[in-house]
Amino acid sequence: MKGSNKMNIKYFDHAATTKLNENVLKEMIPYLTGEYGNPSSIYSLGRSSKKAIEDAREKVASIFNAKPQEIYFTGCGSESDNMAIKGVAYANRKKGNHIITSKIEHPAVLDTCRALEKEGFDVTYLDVDSDGIINIGELKNAITDKTILITIMFANNEIGTIEPIEEIGKIAKEHKIYFHTDAVQAVGNIAIDVNKLNIDLLSLSAHKFYGPKGIGALYVRKGVRFDKFIDGGHQERNKRAGTENVANIVGLAKALEMAYASLEENNKHLSDLRDLYISEIEEKVPYVKLNGHREKRLPGNANISFKFIEGESLLLNLDIKGICASSGSACTSGSLDPSHVLLAIGLIHEVAHGSLRITFGVENTKEDVKVLVEELIEIVSRLRDMSPLYEDFIDGTYTM
Amino acid sequence: MYSKKVMDHYEHPRNVGQIVGADGIGKVGNPVCGDIMKIYLKIKDNVITDVKFKTFGCGAAIATSSISTELVKGKTVEEALEITNKQVVSELDGLPPAKMHCSVLAEEAIKAAIADYYMKQGKNKEEIDKLCNLKDTVCVHSHEVGE
Repeated sequence: MKGSNKMNIKYFDHAATTKLNENVLKEMIPYLTGEYGNPSSIYSLGRSSKKAIEDAREKVASIFNAKPQEIYFTGCGSESDNMAIKGVAYANRKKGNHIITSKIEHPAVLDTCRALEKEGFDVTYLDVDSDGIINIGELKNAITDKTILITIMFANNEIGTIEPIEEIGKIAKEHKIYFHTDAVQAVGNIAIDVNKLNIDLLSLSAHKFYGPKGIGALYVRKGVRFDKFIDGGHQERNKRAGTENVANIVGLAKALEMAYASLEENNKHLSDLRDLYISEIEEKVPYVKLNGHREKRLPGNANISFKFIEGESLLLNLDIKGICASSGSACTSGSLDPSHVLLAIGLIHEVAHGSLRITFGVENTKEDVKVLVEELIEIVSRLRDMSPLYEDFIDGTYTM
Repeated sequence: MYSKKVMDHYEHPRNVGQIVGADGIGKVGNPVCGDIMKIYLKIKDNVITDVKFKTFGCGAAIATSSISTELVKGKTVEEALEITNKQVVSELDGLPPAKMHCSVLAEEAIKAAIADYYMKQGKNKEEIDKLCNLKDTVCVHSHEVGE
């Protein structure tokens, strides 16, 4: 049967995507079947779709201590990032043209900033330290009277490091600069109060917290000026045209509600697995390096570089054993350089190439960690036996 | 993404190891690219009697170096110099376009090992360059370092 071999996989790539929760699916099904009305239609079938999305909007708003009219549904996290950054940039151009971001943002933020640079905007890309944390002093120094936006991710998708969001929010507020955070990896894992943290815009994406793919949201504080992204109809308070994806919106809200209802319990479970994995590897495999901050990191994220070997060959060998993970090596990213995040925290190329990102999810168990560690020990040893870098290191002709 | 042959070679690579007292050793690639190949040759009466390899790199890099060792074993030095990356790719039933550079690196590793053998034999640089047709072993694709 197609897909039946997927029953035997061990999945450790929750930062890439997560499996749709069954209860979320149940909640969505009516809107994929009998409740097919267009929310803009005047008759009752349309009105019930409309009610479903407004109920969802309220649910999402309450999770972040925001108002329902501050929540906009989008097609994905990347779209939310584009809408936030370009939207604010274009609408506030007369005030200024300077944007501050970091070197470790997701491409949806970085490439958006690069696109804006081509249009005459000025962007500062802040450095990070060896743990991936931005320098608050550098941020303060970068601010000019032309700065209109600070965009710093809540937590990094590759190394799991959590940024000092509260401090950044305070600084942004003091200087009256809009603060956007790409919270795609943090949402579902960390409690976020947009008022307490002085966040003006926040991006999130449902498929990272056991919701469906193809739906995201953008929180925008009332009063923040931002340009409309998709012209046409008047959906999403006239900020994003297009018939709403009702089922997905319902799914996003349900998944979010479920994630925050079990937040502490899930976090404990994930961080136990993460810490077990990290300590087992550090104890049993030599020449490894944990990437990202040891404490200020997402509960399920463990990014470790295995020196002298390359990431894609690690992943392929894991795949043979039914194990799913990802890497920061160039080969896996499809680009010619390894992960920009790993280079930004100061890793030399070969150590960046040898990184393995494991991100645990609610369905993983301690037994899964045990199997993962056992397989890794064997695979790493075999790949090192094949590695000219390892051979040179043992000979003393190569040092890292 | 990868053919069955490529998968077979990275699951069961042939001739992994090193040769102590090798007659020719070739090392190509660099850590920036993420591919480094090292080939050891044992040569007797102009015939490659033994070959071993070590590779730091992706599945394609491992597969191309593995199959290259099979292609040169038992050949004369001149025959080994004729091996091209196209042959390597064809023997593997193809490589994805983004991985073609791994096959070029494998061809260069063989040539570098033979060049080393010639050098140990006392040939001069000009002669070696002519015989081996060595490309610059700098990365075959461009990189922009930094932002």
